[in-house]
Amino acid sequence: MSSNDVNRIWIKGGHLIDPTSKTDGPRDLLIENGRIVAVDTKLNANPRDVQVIDATGLIVTPGLVDIHVHLREPGQSYKETIASGTAAAAAGGFTSVAAMPNTIPVNDSVEITRWMQAPERDARARVYPIGAATVGSLGATLTNYEALRDSGAVAVSDDGKPILGDETMRAVLRAAATAGLPVIQHAEDTRLTGGCSMNAGPLAFRLGLRGMPVEAEAGIVARDIALLRELDDDRAHLHVAHLSTKRALDHVRAARQSGLHVTCEVTPHHFVLTEEAVDEYDTHAKMNPPLRAVEDRDAMIEGLLDGTIDCIATDHAPHAAHEKDQEFERAPNGITGLETSLGLSLAVLHRRHGMPLLQMVALLSARPAALLGLAAGTLAVGATADVVLLAPETEWAFRASESRSRSRNTPFDGWSLPGKVSLTMREGRIVHREDPSVRQP
Amino acid sequence: MQAASFLEKEDPLQRAHRLAKRRVALLFYESSTRTRTSFELAAKGLGADTTLVSALSSSIEKGESLKDTGLTLRALGAECIILRHPNSGAPYLLDRVTHLPVLNAGDGMHAHPSQALLDLRTILHRLRPEHTNAEIDESTLAGVTVLITGDILHSRVARSNAELLPRLGARVILCGPKALLPESASEIGPGIAIERNFAHAMHSAQVVMMLRIQKERLAGLELNLDDYIAHYQLNAERLAENAPRALVMHPGPMIRGLEITSEVADGPQSVIEEQVRHGVAVRTALIARALDAMPESVST
Repeated sequence: MSSNDVNRIWIKGGHLIDPTSKTDGPRDLLIENGRIVAVDTKLNANPRDVQVIDATGLIVTPGLVDIHVHLREPGQSYKETIASGTAAAAAGGFTSVAAMPNTIPVNDSVEITRWMQAPERDARARVYPIGAATVGSLGATLTNYEALRDSGAVAVSDDGKPILGDETMRAVLRAAATAGLPVIQHAEDTRLTGGCSMNAGPLAFRLGLRGMPVEAEAGIVARDIALLRELDDDRAHLHVAHLSTKRALDHVRAARQSGLHVTCEVTPHHFVLTEEAVDEYDTHAKMNPPLRAVEDRDAMIEGLLDGTIDCIATDHAPHAAHEKDQEFERAPNGITGLETSLGLSLAVLHRRHGMPLLQMVALLSARPAALLGLAAGTLAVGATADVVLLAPETEWAFRASESRSRSRNTPFDGWSLPGKVSLTMREGRIVHREDPSVRQP
Repeated sequence: MQAASFLEKEDPLQRAHRLAKRRVALLFYESSTRTRTSFELAAKGLGADTTLVSALSSSIEKGESLKDTGLTLRALGAECIILRHPNSGAPYLLDRVTHLPVLNAGDGMHAHPSQALLDLRTILHRLRPEHTNAEIDESTLAGVTVLITGDILHSRVARSNAELLPRLGARVILCGPKALLPESASEIGPGIAIERNFAHAMHSAQVVMMLRIQKERLAGLELNLDDYIAHYQLNAERLAENAPRALVMHPGPMIRGLEITSEVADGPQSVIEEQVRHGVAVRTALIARALDAMPESVST
């Protein structure tokens, strides 16, 4: 990567897809000192003082943005580190990730927020910490939102530990509105999900597993929306993490139509898979929220197509093999997702359901960036040069054993996916380049 | 079923040659009387060496995982593991990691296949005696209605019977209050219906199978035991009035005075002890099948 010393880069001959400028056509990109300085159909530059990257036949998009990942550092580096997690991100086309605070200790402080962003973490993608909404994510005392924000936190959340108390949630929404931060809620009424390990319904009954009812998610979403309405503060922003049920999506749709600032994300596994994937107690199909019924999965696709769902986020949740190699009810929730998100989106949203690439790329870049107010996800002149080059027609086999993540917990091992990332650039520096000996399915 | 009958009648000395000195491990994470003893007697009857590993007297107590416990038993020469485990699906994990034949002796709320098979054998002996030593097919139990009553939600016995009996043409009616019998139970397979009224359900039943009320699992459920007894207990009056000819079954252990009265459990319609007896024959056949020691005369 010695060529990174060159500070002018010409990405030439590609097909540019940039949602912010609604560009979907052949364009060249010129990058200087990590910023985009020109976007045009025909650029002229002296090839002697510029590094030329031939993008002929490739799609050029903004670096992708994932606003829901678990990087496990500090505290659980046997599952993942910030370095390994962001290497997986770069391989999947992501140059910005927002990291959830359920680390050990919980990221409820300025110190940890800064530590996560320090250069020593050797992150390939930019890491935007999400601060804990309450101290230790225990749901009682609020953290200092202004201080967290000023040290780089982009939202507050107790992800994984939903804020159940009405009074606490009211206070969180109010304080976050004042600080100008979104509140990200993992919507699960844990009073209804004790001991549960999959979606409620006939399949859970047959498998002898306790099921999480749809109401456990929809009820908290409805409650949070009611609190937001009652707060009546234009600055307040509620974001629903990994939405998974049709009923909760209907609540979000109605709230938006009434003018409330409610946004939501959906994971690739919730728009690709259903509860049937649990099959013979496959712990790689165990996550929270659980994989749902077909009608919920279909509602996620519909919500993505009609724009109700704001963005795709992976909920990348690495776990060690010995943790997943357990009895289904004892295994931890979650799967990795950074390296498969783009391919699954292309396969299911673009190819199967005809979503235009411009819209799909927006769900993976411009819209999540705008949602958290990140300077990312755009190829506008003047923007940071986060760029992905993608071979749209290349089919490739995802192999968990070759993942850059430290963990291998994915239900997509061996899946054939379209759209190989051939190069990922962050701030004008190449952070991932496809291995030329790429395996074909 | 044919194998069970053949092996049951076989000369014990000959039978003991089938698995002479081969190793069968019983891995029991939960307490058990009937299932454990009958599996053990079945394996010994086939000549196998058996070893019992139970959660409280082994390294499981020190936190050894199911995977490592299984690998250890395999390394010690076990060729087949009989597993009883509190988590649904645990046998699938043990099978994946050891690649040994795993016999499910009850997993969580999921399944208890050998219990369903011994229940089937009991029903066949009583209602279809001509089939006990013959082939059975999808119409062998045509016209038979089996009523399963009680804590269906937590019962692996109910699930296994509801899966097995309709395959042979039986109709299964599940009965119990909502807290113990969710509506989705009827969707787990064909031939299964829900009836909340116990007396009404009994009218059409040739078999009345009662389940234990699992007091340890009732925490958090809205269930009043006095109400339960008033509506769902199998007592002599109810039986005489609604199903005077039906077989009365119970997989055990029974809580006398709760789901069933002593009068009924020990009465003339009860086949509860017969169920236990059939357990040894059925489990003998299961172990022989798992270790490829089936009688040649029996098609499997």
